[in-house]
Amino acid sequence: MTDWIPWKIARKELKVISRKRSIIFYNVGLPLIVAVAFSLEVKNLTTSGIPPNLSQAAESIIYLFVILATVLPSTIAAYSIVGEKIEKTLEPLLATPTTDGEILLGKGIAAFILPILSTWIAASIFMAATDYILRSAGLSYNYFPNWNAGVMLLLLAPLASVLSIEIAVIASSRVTDVRGANQIAGLMFIPFVVVFFLETQGIFTFNVGSLMIFALAVLILDAGLFFVSKSTFNREEILTKWK
Amino acid sequence: MMVETENLTRKFGSLTAVDNLTLRVEKGEIFGLLGPNGAGKTTTVRMLCCLISKTSGAARVGDFEIGSEENALKIRKIIGVVPDNVGLYESLTAYENLDYYGTLYRRTDAQRKEANEYFLKLLGLWEKRDVLAGTFSKGMKQKLAIARALVHDPEILFMDEPTANLDPEAAKTVREFILDLKRQKKTIFLNTHNLDEAQRVCDRIGILNTKLMAVGTPDELERSVHGRKTVIQLQQVTDEVLNSLKKLGVRSLAREGNKLTVDVANPEEENPDMVDAIVAAGGRVETVTVTSSSLEEAYLKLVRESEQ
Repeated sequence: MTDWIPWKIARKELKVISRKRSIIFYNVGLPLIVAVAFSLEVKNLTTSGIPPNLSQAAESIIYLFVILATVLPSTIAAYSIVGEKIEKTLEPLLATPTTDGEILLGKGIAAFILPILSTWIAASIFMAATDYILRSAGLSYNYFPNWNAGVMLLLLAPLASVLSIEIAVIASSRVTDVRGANQIAGLMFIPFVVVFFLETQGIFTFNVGSLMIFALAVLILDAGLFFVSKSTFNREEILTKWK
Repeated sequence: MMVETENLTRKFGSLTAVDNLTLRVEKGEIFGLLGPNGAGKTTTVRMLCCLISKTSGAARVGDFEIGSEENALKIRKIIGVVPDNVGLYESLTAYENLDYYGTLYRRTDAQRKEANEYFLKLLGLWEKRDVLAGTFSKGMKQKLAIARALVHDPEILFMDEPTANLDPEAAKTVREFILDLKRQKKTIFLNTHNLDEAQRVCDRIGILNTKLMAVGTPDELERSVHGRKTVIQLQQVTDEVLNSLKKLGVRSLAREGNKLTVDVANPEEENPDMVDAIVAAGGRVETVTVTSSSLEEAYLKLVRESEQ
């Protein structure tokens, strides 16, 4: 692993990212704030005992962490390519014997690690807080973890995160500033929000079967977009058209 | 032969950036590509470094023909590149910048440690190794960019305007370092529009303005425009002296007071004959000097001709 070039690129990216306070705050601070806010919301829902729609409410909140996993990585992914373009570090990088695939994979790994860890930590805090609140309100067992939360956080969230990264890479190969790439990549959360509303309207149900089918669809999109992002990353265009 | 191009051409739409470039760079040579802005120097280097494709023609770098992705990776392993924009990671330290590039060239931990220390010490940056590159002066950044291009011990170093935007002292340091590399027999392909720099460090120079206008050593280029001239200062110029020179068949003779200027092809052979003829005609020679046009004159003449 340590001699694997994409990992070397990812380690450098993580080192650079660790020195950008705004990115760190966005990727670490925001999930923690979300975890605390949703925990307080659960507390409010249980002021007069265990609500009858607890299952739907709790799992809708867990699903919001999946949406969070699509929003967070776009900042890092967009920065990692457009940032190189702005700081003019791309030409010497492209002159090394690294392949497009290694560069994109390295940047993708770096954009994946921090957001997904932050999402998992924030969701874990939320689940622990929810269990404590529900126990205090009279529930006799721990509501979390459960299978639905497991599929959402361990399968759907990483796949959604990868999708967001790929969209950010494609966007950043086409635009000239970080904000533009970030905005295009940020749109990736819309399909996931649509699913959220379908669920609140009772049209879609969060159960292991439906979530697995959803995850499979995202996986297929991930695989397809990897090839699109590779073909979009055109060294020559980057060097001759980017100013 | 380390670099060889044959009718190498690159077009961007209807614009021809490099037109039928044919040149050769020998091992251990410093070859300078001299030309105005937009002459195609950067495009040439980018083609040779396999960063952009050629439109037509052929080129070899080391033992590899440019044009395929497989050879591009092989070529990138044996070259080092100092682009016109240094492109350092400003939020990484000097050491981290070098070490990262060492890993991309698949150098081992021990090789990287040794190379990083060697180049940082050589370029006077060792004490600043843990300082963020973003805080460096332009000269220090340029030195770090050169070190970065050398960490994997490349066979050929491509440098694109390495002293542009540097103050005279920093530019001098960089030029001295290039001369150090020359002593180490490194092959260097240097893009510059600085005539003085080209003359000081290059073994041979190619003058490019989309097309290659001329190629040769700085001396050859200087002579190629106006040739060389012998200036003879006499105590007194008489008709006998002038007739004696005309009898020798000199190509052109100009008189200014007691000073005669004669075009010569080979001053080492022609000057003794002229002095003998003058003395035989009763003339007294005070001084004999040989002059040639400057590289600047040669460069300007060739560039103007190419633009007409």
